[in-house]
Amino acid sequence: MSANKESWGSRVGLILAMAGNAVGLGNFLRFPVQAVQNGGGAFIIPYLICFLVMGIPLLWIEWSMGRFGGKFGHHSTPFIVDTMHRNRLWKYIGVFGIWTNIAVASYYCYLESWTLSYVFHSIGGTFAGLDQNGVSNFFNEYVSLGESTFGIPYEPIVFFVICLLLNTWILSQGLAKGVERVAKIGMPLLILFGIFLAYKGFTITAGEDGAINDSSVGLNFLWTPNFDELWSPTVWLAAAGQIFFTLSVGMGTVHCYASYVRSKDDIALNAMSAGWMNEFVEVVLGAAILIPISIGYLGIEGVTNLVNSQGGLGLGFRTLPYLFYQWGDVLGAVAGVMWFGLLFFAGITSSLAMGTPWIGFLQDEFNWRRKPAAWSFGLIVLMLGMPTVLFFKYGVFDEYDYWAGTVSLVVFALFESILFAWVFGMNKGWREITSGADIEVPSFYKYIIKFVTPLLLLWVFVGSLITPKGGDWAGAFANGWELDDSSIINKIKNTSLKRQLAEATDPEVIQQLQDTLFFVNASRTLLVAVFLSIALLVYIAYKKRVREGRI
Amino acid sequence: MNTSALVVMLSTITLVTGLMLYFFYRVVSAPPKPEPDSYLDNDDEIERQAPRA
Repeated sequence: MSANKESWGSRVGLILAMAGNAVGLGNFLRFPVQAVQNGGGAFIIPYLICFLVMGIPLLWIEWSMGRFGGKFGHHSTPFIVDTMHRNRLWKYIGVFGIWTNIAVASYYCYLESWTLSYVFHSIGGTFAGLDQNGVSNFFNEYVSLGESTFGIPYEPIVFFVICLLLNTWILSQGLAKGVERVAKIGMPLLILFGIFLAYKGFTITAGEDGAINDSSVGLNFLWTPNFDELWSPTVWLAAAGQIFFTLSVGMGTVHCYASYVRSKDDIALNAMSAGWMNEFVEVVLGAAILIPISIGYLGIEGVTNLVNSQGGLGLGFRTLPYLFYQWGDVLGAVAGVMWFGLLFFAGITSSLAMGTPWIGFLQDEFNWRRKPAAWSFGLIVLMLGMPTVLFFKYGVFDEYDYWAGTVSLVVFALFESILFAWVFGMNKGWREITSGADIEVPSFYKYIIKFVTPLLLLWVFVGSLITPKGGDWAGAFANGWELDDSSIINKIKNTSLKRQLAEATDPEVIQQLQDTLFFVNASRTLLVAVFLSIALLVYIAYKKRVREGRI
Repeated sequence: MNTSALVVMLSTITLVTGLMLYFFYRVVSAPPKPEPDSYLDNDDEIERQAPRA
C-alpha cells in the first residue's frame, strides 16, 4: 500500500498553491517582453483567446486527470495516465510528468537562488552607487562564479545550495504544513509587492529622479494595439506558447496537486480561480513593472535594444536594480527587496510544485516516507543542477530550459489532450470535469476540449518543429521552406552553433564554440539518461504492482 | 496615454481583475460539503459533519 496519506489543509490553500505553481518568473520577465515583441496591445487578443481555448481546457483536463488518478491512490502522472487506458505504454508517456519537473527544477532553483541572493544584495546596498554597466557587470561576474561582493567564495553555489535546502525542507514538511503554508504567505506578499511596484510603474514622471519619460510612454509602447500583427501566425504561436509557460500545464504538477482532491469535491471552479489568479498576476501586475519602469528611465530605443540583446531576464537582473536606485538609496533598496522578493516567491511556489510528483511517485510505488523522498529530490536536483551553475556560459542552462522547460511541455500536453478527449473518451472526461463542480461548466467546452485544444497543441508543436526562417510563414509557403535556427529540427542539428563555428576565425572564439557544442550535446545526453532512468523506475514499479496483484 | 492603448489596457485590466475576484468569491462563498472532504482544516466544523444514519 502507498505510504501517501496526505491532504490539503484548505480549499483556499489549494488554490493559492495551484496559483503559486503557475505564477513564476515568466509572469514578470517573459510576458511583457512577448507582448512588446508581438504587437503590443493587440497581443492580448490572441493571448486571451488562447487562454480560453487552450489554457482553461488544459487546466480542466489536468485537474480532472489528477483527481481521477488520486481515486486509485496515484499521485504522479505515469500511473495516473495508466489508469485511463488499458494500453500499458501510456505510463511511459507519463514519465514526462516527473522528468520535466526534475529537469526544470535543476535550472529553475538556480534562477531562484539568484533572486534570493539579489534580495540580500539589495539589503546590503551592493547596487547603490553602481551605474548601469556596474550592475550589468555584477550579473556577469555572478554567473561566471567570479568575485563576490559579500566575500563568500563561490557565492552562486552557496545560494543555490541554500535555495535547494529550503525547497527540500519545505517539501519534507508535507503538503498542508509545507507547500500550502508557503503559498499562503508567499502569494499575498507577492501580490502586495507587485502592487507597490506597479504603482511606481504607473507614476513615473519625466524629469523626476532622472526619468526621461512619463509612465505613459512605456504603457503606450506596451498597450498600443498593432492590429496588423493579429494575422501573423508567429504572434499566435507566441501567444499560445506564453499561455503554456504561464499556466505550468504539460508538466505534471497540476495532476499531482489535484490528485489529493476527493472525487466529490470541486475542481472546475478551483481551476478557474487559480487560472485567473495567475492571469491577474501576469497581465495586471507583470505588465505594469518591467517595461514602464525601464522605458521611463532608458527610453524606448534603449529598452528595445536591451530586450533584443538580453531578453526579460537580462532586463530584470541587469537593469532594474540600477533603475530602482534612481528613487534614492532607501527606496532603491526597498524596491530591490520587493522586486527580487516577488520573483523569489514566484519561483519557490513553482519549484515546490516540481518536487511533489517525484515524492508522490516514491511514496506510492516504493513506500518511501515523505522526508527521505523529499531529500532524494533535493539530491537529484543538486546533482543535475550543478552543471547549469558550473557551465552556465556554455549554454547548459539554456539547453535544460529549451528541452525540459519548453519542448517537453508541448509534447506532454499534446499527448494528454489526445488521451483525455479521444482515448479515455470525452463523455467520461466531461463527467470527471463536472463531477462535484461548484460552477456550471459551459457545454461548448466539450467540443473545444475534443477538437480545438488538441489541434491547437498540434499546431504549436508542428509550428515549433519547423518554424520558417524569420517566422515568415507566408514567405515559406511561397518561396520554399527554410528552417529558422530556433526550430526544433535545427536545434537538434545545432545549426546555429555549427554556422558560428564555420564562420569564426579567432582561435579563442573557436575554442569557446567547440566547448559550447560539447556541453550542449553532453546536457542532452544527460537529460535523455535521466528520462530513461525514470522510465526504468516506472517499469520496476509496474512489475512490483504485478507481483503484488495490484494490477 | 493614447486612446487605443488606454482602452485596451483598461478593458483588459477590468476583465482580468473582475474575473479573478468573481471566481475567488465563488470559491469562498460555495456551500460547505459534508465530511469527509479533501481538506483537513475544516474537519471539526459542525456544519460539515454528515448526518448520522
